[in-house]
Amino acid sequence: MSWLLRKDLLILRRSRLLLLLLVVYPVVIALLIGFALSRAPSRPRVAIVDQSAPGETIAVGGQRVPVSQYTQQLFSQVQAVPVATREQAIADVKSGDVLAAVVIPPDIAARLASDVQQSQLEVLYNGDALEQSLVRSTLDSALAHANLAFSEQIQKAAGNVLGTLLSGGSLGTIGAPENLIGLTRIPSTLGGIVARQPHGHDRKELERIDAFASFAAQNLSVARHVLTTISQPIRVNSTLLHGRRTPLNTFAVVVAATLSLMLVCVLLAAGGIALEREEHALSRLIGTRAALISREGLIAEKTLLAAGCAFVLAFAMLAAIGAFVTLDWGRVGLWIAALAFGAAAFAALGVAVGVLAREVRAASLLAFLLSLPLAFLALVPAGSVSGGFYAVINAVSFVFPFKACLQALDNAVNDASPALGLSLLHLAALTAVFGALARIGLRNVE
Amino acid sequence: MSAVLRVSGVGKRYGALQALAAISFEVTAGELVAVVGPNGAGKTTLLSIIAGIQAPSDGRVTLAEAGSGVGTGASVIGRSKQARVGWAPQSPALYSKLSVAENLALFAHLERVADPPAAVARMLEQTGLRERASEPVARLSGGNRQRVNVALGLIAEPPVLALDEPSAALDPGQRERLWEFLVARAAGGTAVLFSTHNVSEAQRYAVRLLVLAGGRLLFDGTPREFLLQGGGPDGDLEHALVRYLREREPAAGAPGAGIGQARA
Repeated sequence: MSWLLRKDLLILRRSRLLLLLLVVYPVVIALLIGFALSRAPSRPRVAIVDQSAPGETIAVGGQRVPVSQYTQQLFSQVQAVPVATREQAIADVKSGDVLAAVVIPPDIAARLASDVQQSQLEVLYNGDALEQSLVRSTLDSALAHANLAFSEQIQKAAGNVLGTLLSGGSLGTIGAPENLIGLTRIPSTLGGIVARQPHGHDRKELERIDAFASFAAQNLSVARHVLTTISQPIRVNSTLLHGRRTPLNTFAVVVAATLSLMLVCVLLAAGGIALEREEHALSRLIGTRAALISREGLIAEKTLLAAGCAFVLAFAMLAAIGAFVTLDWGRVGLWIAALAFGAAAFAALGVAVGVLAREVRAASLLAFLLSLPLAFLALVPAGSVSGGFYAVINAVSFVFPFKACLQALDNAVNDASPALGLSLLHLAALTAVFGALARIGLRNVE
Repeated sequence: MSAVLRVSGVGKRYGALQALAAISFEVTAGELVAVVGPNGAGKTTLLSIIAGIQAPSDGRVTLAEAGSGVGTGASVIGRSKQARVGWAPQSPALYSKLSVAENLALFAHLERVADPPAAVARMLEQTGLRERASEPVARLSGGNRQRVNVALGLIAEPPVLALDEPSAALDPGQRERLWEFLVARAAGGTAVLFSTHNVSEAQRYAVRLLVLAGGRLLFDGTPREFLLQGGGPDGDLEHALVRYLREREPAAGAPGAGIGQARA
């Protein structure tokens, strides 16, 4: 087997284009993912057309909240590109210079102050269905954040007014009464006056006013909490049941490494065994009785070759991405185990594909056609499709190595669930199954 | 001279198709045996069964152990390094990205030849390809590729060499060089069986002729005997073969047809 392995490595070394592809491909993927993750803009680039009058405010009780605070909140959520007109904003969106545009209408303050009409913003965006979905969700999130922050400003102003009403003092607004007594101080002040009053009608009226002031003070102090509750009625507190919280960027690294491992492994293994047939060497190697190598030996050799090459490349890729994304090198032993088991399963699948396809081009095509949709299916999240269809996807993903390898590597890199041992066992079983299928396919070589 | 190869009652079925039926003959050391017949006669099937590439449905192929005659027990092909049949398929089974010497060295190691470098040097010398030893096979002409293909079949010095239409894609000059090489091997004691559609080639080089048609062995004898039996006055083996097959055409498809005329 060692001579056959040497022969394949020699052929691989002389296939310059293939070798170049095998080396360059993971490096390019690693760099692309690394740059994409480390240099991605944290805020979307959005054109903003502010048609509201400068310095415009809305009145909250005796206080005034400037409308510009809303635009400032919005600017902090996006990478704002101020533009003068709606037409200019449309042109910028169409050219792709900005992801979307937000038009703040001139009557925003009037509508906010009216207490009848809700203020409205105009959002302009472009692109295909996927882009539209991304822009909408990104912008909805940014607008929700800005809305929340602005409502907090209004709530704060309302809270200040309530505080002055309760404790007394000045509202700080021109034209508002100075040195207000405050509802909480009325009962003690009024109590002394009532005590000095003779019994009669006036005293009874003063006692009624005193009782009302006490009642109002107690209830208004609750109003502040009510305002907070209305602005954000439900807070979300999430708990992860299994494993560690996986950051999206390290999961993307795992997906990229698994994809590269799969493509290199399946293509190399399928092409390797198909090449033996294409060069008419298969019958000489494993002829019925004059076999120079056993069928099992040939399958093991091709699996070892593809898995070895893909393992080295995938590991190098993980290490390269590690320059951009923080990976826990203390878990490197687990990475190696996950990559090794995954590579073996993918290579066994590749050998089975190569045996089935019989010639190199057909093997490569079949390997691509089989691998990519299966990888795509394995990445479909639960809940994004109907329950029945997801069960079918799960069943299909179970009999191919991509999902198991992804789970193993995710656990090895991110300590995610399920346990690594289960995934490795799954991969070992798939290696055995695809190896057996390849062996059946090699029954007749004539 | 004792037989180095015995084919006893070999048959091959592919589902309902009977590709070979009850083929029996023996080959002695140094014999150059041509297997001729029309397309679909079973020539390639017979040679690949002899080489051990395919298993027969019926009968057995028995090889002599080194230094002994043909045994009567179970087939020994593949069980003894010395007892292998060298195989040269019609399409050269070579790695085109490897050089001539690398191809020979690889198969010398896979065949577990005692001294691989010596075996490679010997085959390069015998095939006249020493000057092109380091050249990738992809750059060789069809003739030279076929010589390397035959050399691979001979790298382990097998007592029997089976070649499937070895000269099919060669020009006259290349054919001439190939036959010089094969005749020299036969003279050295290797039994050579080859299939061919070029009957004049069989007439010129083979000492024995096996005529197959419809999966049956119709004739087993020397080219001269064949001419005497079925030939015309011109002494042309090709004309004789066409006439012979035409006369037996209705019977050739029937089970057992012509087998009585076979020598072995």
